[in-house]
Amino acid sequence: MWRDHLTEIIVFSLLFLLVSAMGFVAARWRAPKDMAHLDEWGLGGRSFGGWITWFLVGGDLYTAYTFVAVPALMFGAGAAGFFAVPYTIVIYPLVFLVLVRLWSVSHRHGFVTPADFVRNRFDSPVLALLIAITGIVATMPYIALQLVGIEAVLKTMGVTGDNALARHLPIIIAFAILAAYTYQSGLRAPALIAFVKDTLIYIVILVAIIYLPYKLGGWGDIFAAADAKFDASPNPNDGILLNANNQLQYVTLAFGSALALFLYPHSITGVLASRNRDVIKRNMSALPAYSLLLGLIALLGYMAIAAGVKPLPGATEGSVDNNTVVPLLFDQQFPDWFAGVAYAAIGIGALVPAAIMSIAAANLFTRNIYKEYLKRDASPAQEANVSKITSLVVKVGAVACIVFLDPQFSIDLQLIGGVIILQTLPAVALGLYTRWFHRTGLIVGWAVGMGLGMWMLYQVASPTRKHFGGSAFPLSEFGFDTTKTIYVGIVAVLVNLAVAALVTLAVRAAKVAEGVDGTTPDDYFADEGDPRVTPGTERDADSAREPVA
Amino acid sequence: MAAPEPEAPTTAPSRAKDHSPWNWLLFIPIVVPLIPAFFNGDSPRIFGFPRYYWLQLAWILLGVATTTLVYQMTKKRGER
Repeated sequence: MWRDHLTEIIVFSLLFLLVSAMGFVAARWRAPKDMAHLDEWGLGGRSFGGWITWFLVGGDLYTAYTFVAVPALMFGAGAAGFFAVPYTIVIYPLVFLVLVRLWSVSHRHGFVTPADFVRNRFDSPVLALLIAITGIVATMPYIALQLVGIEAVLKTMGVTGDNALARHLPIIIAFAILAAYTYQSGLRAPALIAFVKDTLIYIVILVAIIYLPYKLGGWGDIFAAADAKFDASPNPNDGILLNANNQLQYVTLAFGSALALFLYPHSITGVLASRNRDVIKRNMSALPAYSLLLGLIALLGYMAIAAGVKPLPGATEGSVDNNTVVPLLFDQQFPDWFAGVAYAAIGIGALVPAAIMSIAAANLFTRNIYKEYLKRDASPAQEANVSKITSLVVKVGAVACIVFLDPQFSIDLQLIGGVIILQTLPAVALGLYTRWFHRTGLIVGWAVGMGLGMWMLYQVASPTRKHFGGSAFPLSEFGFDTTKTIYVGIVAVLVNLAVAALVTLAVRAAKVAEGVDGTTPDDYFADEGDPRVTPGTERDADSAREPVA
Repeated sequence: MAAPEPEAPTTAPSRAKDHSPWNWLLFIPIVVPLIPAFFNGDSPRIFGFPRYYWLQLAWILLGVATTTLVYQMTKKRGER
């Protein structure tokens, strides 16, 4: 019953109202001369310094869903859930090497999205459209999942209803507020709120990892309790260490997820909003502080085991919702007011990434669908306006996903999202280094990688489901005599690359036109203070330039 | 079309080239955390943490140290 959780609900609501007010005020924070420009609304004026970028990108990459789902995975499966730690270590050197180049070329050409870059680099609106659609499709379920994070908290506080509408009303209200201030303030809203969110999360987790082990008898006892649970379970692949079967899956999932994470439009939006290359590079040394936090949060799953937490029932009869273990642990172990703070941290933690993701998806639509296909001469003010409206549509879509569909569907979609966003790697990430690939090759490779990835995900069974049961693909399906499993996304992107290379060789032999590269080699090193090329004159110049043979 | 070539930026000396041998160091924190043979074991324990957990958390420091070193070694001298 919600009455038992009154203190928690009050603390949660107060903090929620505080950040909502901040979201609206953010429009005036570091106020721009002219908000009616996509650079201002969608990228915060490309002006964020070290601290803001740290909070913004940290708040962006480490979402509420991560904070709820990773410990849930540890609770359910043990060591395999710890992949989130290597995953978030590996990503930073990759960004350091790769996304800095994207920042430079985007800074000089005024690119807002990765698809803008691809269009210019490979002179292919079709490829850019595919990249944009992939980004939007991959991002939508990710936004919906943020709602799953809030729902887990609301459920624990007893805020539920008899029918679907009543049960979802708090989320609908929360998202309506979020939509309103994102509409008004653009990227400045999540940037400002991220300060509160991350401060709350750091406080909660520091308290949790000192206080809870003290209450539960120390780390040795916590690991012993987890070990005992997994020993008793019939599943051969759980345990507090990896076994011979899931090691390959573990490392390919960590590596594949790292590659996918920095290709997601919302990560790129966060990086492009920073002021210069140094801000990004310095942040790659500072952001791992969040990885440490995530590693400790993951261990909350084991603390829940040691504390004897029983997850609340799931949406369907007889299932359990492991996502509720962390909120339940807080409810059981913390005083009410502090549990309320912890819940607010998770709830607000959902708002920051949801806002950035909807902005990123809206920018993709505006730049690569609206401007490319619907209104080529759109002014910057019109672009900003379309993006603002699209961000509202995206959020309505995300809420609809949660209200009308089984949340499991969003989780499946997010699983698919990681695999499909990886298929943009050859065009976006490798494209920053080389133009060797032919645009036709990239398109065919993308299509094959998508098809293969979907088929493989469909084939993965789990104890409870026949299809889409996870991302660990048994190699025996390919005819290998082994029980090892591998992450679907890695296989799909390797095949994508191979196909792209073969088709490139073939169409080049057939002398198919390659288009004109709109970038020059030193675009990739440009830094703050470098003169910008205005997008308008650039497109004209592109058509005037002689095609290279 | 007679639009002028927007090549003006290239006339400014392109000072910042990214190619530095230091960048190769960044492959260490990409490769090392992905080798289970290092961390997939129980002993030795530190503060009750099996090696699997404390060593993987320690790789975070490896990542921070490497990116910091590469940043310091490759940043443009005399600026900012």
